[in-house]
Amino acid sequence: MGRLMQKKYESGAATAYITRNRAINYLQISLPDFRRLCILKGVYPREPKNKKKANKGSTAPRTFYLMKDIQYLSHEPIINKFREFKVFVKKLKKAFAKAEHGRVQTLQENKPVYKLDHIIKERYPTFVDALRDLDDCLCLVFLFATFPQTKNIPGDFVQRCRHLSVEFMNFIVAARALKKVFLSIKGIYYQVEMQGQVVTWLVPYNFGFNAKACADVDFRIMAHFVEFYITMLGFVNFKLYTSLGLHYPPKLTFEAKVKDDDEKNAYCLESEATGERLAALSASLVSVVTQNTEEDEVELDEFEDSRTQEAKQEEEKQKAFQKLFNGLKVFVSREVPREPVVFTVRSFGGEASWDRSVAMGATFDESDETITHQIVDRPKSDRQYLSRYYVQPQWLFDCVNARMLLPVEDYFPGVVLPPHLSPFVEYKEGDYVPPEKEALSRRQQGLDTGDTVSGEAEDSDEEEEEEEEIDDEDEEEVEEDDDEDDDDDDGEEEEEEDEKQIVEKRTPNKRKQDEVPNTPPSSIKVKAGKLDYEDASSKASREDWEARKLAIMMIPKKRKRLFEKLSKRERRKKHEAKKLTAKREEYEKTQKDMKKKQKLSNK
Amino acid sequence: MASKRKVGEAKLEKEELDLFVDAPPDDDDDEDEEDGDTSDSEESVYSGLEEEPSSSEEEQEEDDDSSDNGDDGTEETPDIPGPTTDDTTGSAGTSSMERLDNRPQPDEYEFDSSDEEDIRNTVGNIPMEWYNDYPHIGYNLDGKKIMKPAKGDELDEFLNKMDNPDYWRTVKDKTTGEDVKLTDEELDIIQQIQKGKYPEKAYNPYEPYIDFFTHEKMIHPVTNRPRDKRSFIPSLVEKEKVSKLVHAIKMGWIKPRKARDDEPKYYDIWENDNQYSPDKRYQTHIPAPKLKLPGHEESYNPPPEYLPSEEEILAWNQADPEDRRQAFLSRKYDALRKVPAYAGFVKERFERCLDLYLCPRQRKMRANVTAEDLIPKLPKPRDLQPFPTTLSVVYEGHTDVVRCISVEPTGQWLVSGSDDEMLRFWEVATGRCRKVLQLGGRVRSVAWCPNTAVCLVAAVVDSTVIIINPSLGDKLVYHSTDNLLNTYEAPESLETKLPVEWSAAEGRDYDMGIRLRISHPKIIRQVTWHGKGDYFAVVMPDGGSMSVLIHQLTKRRSQNPFRKSKGLVQCVLFHPIRPFLFVATQRYVRVYNLLKQELTKKLMANCKWVSSMAVHPGGDNLIIGSYDSRLSWFDMDLSTKPYQTLRHHKRALRQVCYHKKYPLFASASDDGTVVISHGMVYSDLLQNPLIVPVKILRGHKVTQNLGALDCQFHPTQPWIFSSGADTTVRLYT
Repeated sequence: MGRLMQKKYESGAATAYITRNRAINYLQISLPDFRRLCILKGVYPREPKNKKKANKGSTAPRTFYLMKDIQYLSHEPIINKFREFKVFVKKLKKAFAKAEHGRVQTLQENKPVYKLDHIIKERYPTFVDALRDLDDCLCLVFLFATFPQTKNIPGDFVQRCRHLSVEFMNFIVAARALKKVFLSIKGIYYQVEMQGQVVTWLVPYNFGFNAKACADVDFRIMAHFVEFYITMLGFVNFKLYTSLGLHYPPKLTFEAKVKDDDEKNAYCLESEATGERLAALSASLVSVVTQNTEEDEVELDEFEDSRTQEAKQEEEKQKAFQKLFNGLKVFVSREVPREPVVFTVRSFGGEASWDRSVAMGATFDESDETITHQIVDRPKSDRQYLSRYYVQPQWLFDCVNARMLLPVEDYFPGVVLPPHLSPFVEYKEGDYVPPEKEALSRRQQGLDTGDTVSGEAEDSDEEEEEEEEIDDEDEEEVEEDDDEDDDDDDGEEEEEEDEKQIVEKRTPNKRKQDEVPNTPPSSIKVKAGKLDYEDASSKASREDWEARKLAIMMIPKKRKRLFEKLSKRERRKKHEAKKLTAKREEYEKTQKDMKKKQKLSNK
Repeated sequence: MASKRKVGEAKLEKEELDLFVDAPPDDDDDEDEEDGDTSDSEESVYSGLEEEPSSSEEEQEEDDDSSDNGDDGTEETPDIPGPTTDDTTGSAGTSSMERLDNRPQPDEYEFDSSDEEDIRNTVGNIPMEWYNDYPHIGYNLDGKKIMKPAKGDELDEFLNKMDNPDYWRTVKDKTTGEDVKLTDEELDIIQQIQKGKYPEKAYNPYEPYIDFFTHEKMIHPVTNRPRDKRSFIPSLVEKEKVSKLVHAIKMGWIKPRKARDDEPKYYDIWENDNQYSPDKRYQTHIPAPKLKLPGHEESYNPPPEYLPSEEEILAWNQADPEDRRQAFLSRKYDALRKVPAYAGFVKERFERCLDLYLCPRQRKMRANVTAEDLIPKLPKPRDLQPFPTTLSVVYEGHTDVVRCISVEPTGQWLVSGSDDEMLRFWEVATGRCRKVLQLGGRVRSVAWCPNTAVCLVAAVVDSTVIIINPSLGDKLVYHSTDNLLNTYEAPESLETKLPVEWSAAEGRDYDMGIRLRISHPKIIRQVTWHGKGDYFAVVMPDGGSMSVLIHQLTKRRSQNPFRKSKGLVQCVLFHPIRPFLFVATQRYVRVYNLLKQELTKKLMANCKWVSSMAVHPGGDNLIIGSYDSRLSWFDMDLSTKPYQTLRHHKRALRQVCYHKKYPLFASASDDGTVVISHGMVYSDLLQNPLIVPVKILRGHKVTQNLGALDCQFHPTQPWIFSSGADTTVRLYT
C-alpha cells in the first residue's frame, strides 16, 4: 500500500540506451571527436528492441548507443589526448599569429600523439578476433596504398599502407594461404585462409586517383579508419610473420646478390630499393629459425576410420593445391598487371619474372629458355619462343579457382576467352548453374577430359534435351499455376479459369501425339469417340499439388507471414534462374545460327 | 628626377611661407623634417612615381614630401622659384597653375598650402548648405561679409544656356558659389576618368623600372660609418649565458632532446591470448556483417546470360541509384587490359565505413527454414476419403439467388428457396424438380423437419413461417402428417401474450401444400427444428426481447425463452441430444439450458460478426462461420475460446455445416467455393480433434459479390449440396 509508484523511464531500456547528442554531452567532447572515438574504439549504435521505450515515449527518429558503451568510452585515455590536441592547436595558432617561430617549432616538436595499441588489444582480445575482422581492414589499406597525398590523406598514411599491404602479400606468398582470386569489374578479389579464418579483400585495378569520382567522399572519416587499421594490420602482420617463423620486418634472402645486380644501374636510394624489391614479391623471405615447415607439421595418426581417411585425403588435396604452380616459370609481359599475376603465381609455388625495365626484382629475362608460360595480353606478338606457352592472364586465375591446371588452348592470345566465373558462388538446389561451371565440375571429378563447349558434344546433347522437354512441360505448368495461386490477390475465379486452361492445354498436347494430323478440320463427320485416358501420373501430381495447397491453408497465422515471404523469395529465385536459362538458350541458338551461316558461306 | 625635385622645391617654398604666416619657432621645422626623414624613407624607395604627374595638389604634395627627403642638398638651399619655373615642371603642375592664372582676380593665395586650398572662403571646412539661405559666404579679414556672386533667376539661367557657348563646361564651385569654366585639360581628365583610364593621357604605367639602388655591387658602402668597437669584442652577457648552459650540461641538468620516433612499433600483442576469458562486453559485441561476395555478374568476363539486355540497361540507367538492385552494370571485356577503373570504388568503400560506425546494429535471429518446412505435415486427403470431390448434379430452375436449401432426413428430396419467391422441391438422384411453390415473398430460410415420421417443411417468407407438407415420398407418411395436423384442437384458454398468430391454410393454399402460417411482428431470418421435430425456433433479429421464439407444432403454441435480448441474434441451434439452445449474437455464442432455464456457457467467437453456426452430431463441438472469412472450431469441453481458427476462404462465410455420419464439415463462402474439411472428433477426451481441409469445391460463380450461400450435407452419403447466387444448386459426390 505504502509503496511509491515507480516513475516511468527510470529503468530498463530508457536507461540502458543513450542518444547520440546526450552521449556527446556526457563525454564533453565535440561531435567530430566523438565520431573519431567511435571509429577507433569500435563503438556503434544499437537498435533497441523497443524504440519508443528507449526514447522515453517519443517516436522521433534517433540513434541510440548503449549506455555501457558510452561509459566505457568515458574511461578512454585517448579522450585526454584529444583535449590536449585542442589546446595544442590553440597555442599553435597563437604562436603563428604572433610570429613566434621558435615557439611554433617547439610546439610542433611536442605535438601530442596517441597510440592505439591498447585499443587493438581491447577490441580484439584474441588473434582470431582480429583475423575475423580483417576484411574491411585489408580493403581499405590496399585502397589507400594507391592514393596520392592530399590535404585529407596524410602522406605517411599512404606510405605505411603500401608497406603493410606488401608485407601482408609477402606473408601470403610465404604461407601459401591464397585460396581464390576473382577478376571483377571493380577490382580483384583475393580470398585467403589463415588459422581457419577466411578473409576476402578487394584490390582496385591500378589506375590513377580520380578526384571527380570521390567528390562526396569524406576522406577524414576514411582516414580515421585507416589510422586504426594501419595499427591493427601492423600487429597482425607481426603475429603472422612470427607464427611462421619469419623475420619481421621482412627480409629477403637474395638481398645481397640482387644488390650487386642493381647497383650497377641504381635508379633510387638504397632505402627505396629494399622496399621495391620487397614489393616485387619475387624473392622469398628470411626466416628466423632454419626449419622445414613441411616436416614439422603434425601428422595424423593412422586410424582405420573413414573420417580420418577423408581428412587425410582432404589434407593431401590441400597440399597439392598449394603446389599448383610448382615448376612453372612464368614471364609477365609489360602490358599485364604485374602485381596480381606475380602474387598469384608465387602463392602457388611458381616463379615469376618480368622485363628488367618494368620494375625492380626481376629474376630472369625473357630470353630464358626454361620459361614455361608467358602471360600476354595482346592479340599478337611478333617474336615468339617455341619452348613456352603464351597465355592470357585469365588462365592463371581460372586455374586457381578450378584448383587444377586447365588446358592452355582456350587461353591463347587472340582467342575468345571462356567466361571468368566467380569462385565465391555457392550453388544451392534450384539455383542456376552456368554450363561452364557444370563442365568444370565434371572435369574436376575426372569424368570429362575433352573440351566441353565444342559443337559435337552439344549435338549429342540436343536429342536428349528434346526428349526432356516434353516431360518438363507438365511440370512447368504445375509450377506456373502454383505461382499464380501464391500471389493470391485475386479471387478464385481466375484459378478456376487457369485450371480449365491447363486441362485444355494438356489435351491438345496428347492429341498431337495420337492423332493423324492430316484430317481436314472442315469436314463434318461423326467420328468414333476416343476414350480420353487420364494420365495417372499427372493426376497424382495434381492431387499432390492440391494437397499441398490445402496444407498451406492450415499454416497457423503466426507463421503465415514468414511462409509468404519465404515462398515469394523462392519464387523470385526460380524466376531468375529461369530467366538466365532462357537467355543462355537464346544465346546458344544465335551462336549456332552464326556457325551454320559461316559454314554455308565457307562451302 | 630633375623635374620632380623642382616641384619639391616649389612646395617647400610654400611651406616656408606658411610658416611665416603662423610664425612658429624654427626648431619645429627641423623636427618635422627629421620625422619625415625616418618615416617616409621607405616610401621613397618604393614609389616609382617620381615622374608621375599627379592630378590633385594633395598627391603632388605627398610626392614632394617623399622626394625632398631623399636629397639633403636641395633642402638646405631653398631658392624661391617664380611662377615661371612652373612651365618647366611636370604637366600636372602646369595645368593647375594655369587654372589659377585664369581666375579674374589677382590671386594672393597662390603659394598657399593645399590644406587651405581656396582661402578666399573663410568659413572653413563646413558643409556649405549652412550658407544656403544667406546672401554671403563667410567673412573676410575685416569682418565684412563676403557676398555670394549674383545669382540669376531661371530666365537668366536659360538665357545663359542659350547664349553662352561655354555653358556646358561651366561648373558651379560650391565653396565660393562661383561659376568655373573647365579648361580643355580638365575636360580631358574627366573624359579619361569616364573611360576608366588613367587621368593623364601621357602617363605610361609600364615604364621600365629603375632601381633606386643599383643591383650591381658597388665598391663603396652606402654609409661610411665606422663600425663600433663592440662589434669586435665577444659579448660578456652571452659568455655568461653559454657558460651557464655548459655547466648545466656538464651537471646533467640539461639533456639533449630525444629525437621523436613516429615510426610505429609492432610487437606480439596477442602473446598470451589463450588465457583470455571472454567478458560480458565481448559477448554482447555484434560484429558487422561481412560484405556480400561477388557473383558471376560482377566478373569482367561473365557468362553471356549475365549480361543485361538493352531494355535492362535502359531501365538501370533510368532507375534511381537507390532503387537499383545492382550498383553496377555487368559488362564483358574481351581482355584484362581493357578493364577500366571502377568509378564508384572509393565511394563504396566510404559507404562501408559509414555503415561500420553509423549503422545501428541488432542481433536478429534468422529462421533457418525453407517455405516447405513451414507447411504442416497433415495426413493426405486420399487417406481421409470418402468426401465429395466431383460435381455430379446441377439443379437448375431458379431465376434468382438461391438463399437456402434443406435436405429431407432420408436424403431423397431437396428443397431450395430463392429470391425469385419460389420454393422448389427436387429429387436428389435425378435432379428433377418435382414441385414448385410460389410463396409471394423472398424465401429466407427453409428447414425440413428432422422427424422421419412426418413430412413437413418450414419456410420463412418475410415475417411469416409457413409449414408445408410437400406430399413427396411415402404416401402413408404425408397422409399421416396431414392427419396429425388436423387432429389439433384449439385449447379453451388462449393465453398468449405474444404477437404471434397461428393460422391454418385453406383453399388453394392448402392444395398447394401449405398447412400453417405463423405470422410474426418482424422479419424472420432463420428457422430451425429441434431434433425431435415438434419444436422449432425462429430468429427475428429486430425483434428486441422477442428475437428468439420457440414454437411447438403439435400444440400450436409459441413461447419466448428470453426476457431480454443480449445483442443482435444471428442464429440459433438446438443441441442434437441435450436440451440446450445455442444462440449466436454478433460476437458471442451463448449456450442455454432450456430445462434449467439458465446460461451454461458463453463462447467467445473471436470474430467480428458471426454468420452461421453448426453443431457436431456428438454435441460437444461447434463450428462458427463469420463474415470476416473465418471459421472457428470450438471444443466445448476444452475452452470457451476457439480450438482452431481456419481462414480457408478469401471472403465472408455464409454457411457452415457438419455431416451427420462422416467426420466432415463444410463451409460455403462468398468467394464461390465450398471447402470440405475432415474434422475427426475422438471419443478419447485427451485427444484433440483432427482438422484437415480435404477439398475445395469450385463451381458457383460469384454474382453481385455473392458466391455460395448455403451448403448442406446429405444425411447418409458423403455428398454435399450447395446453393449459390448463380441461381443453381449443385450436388458434389
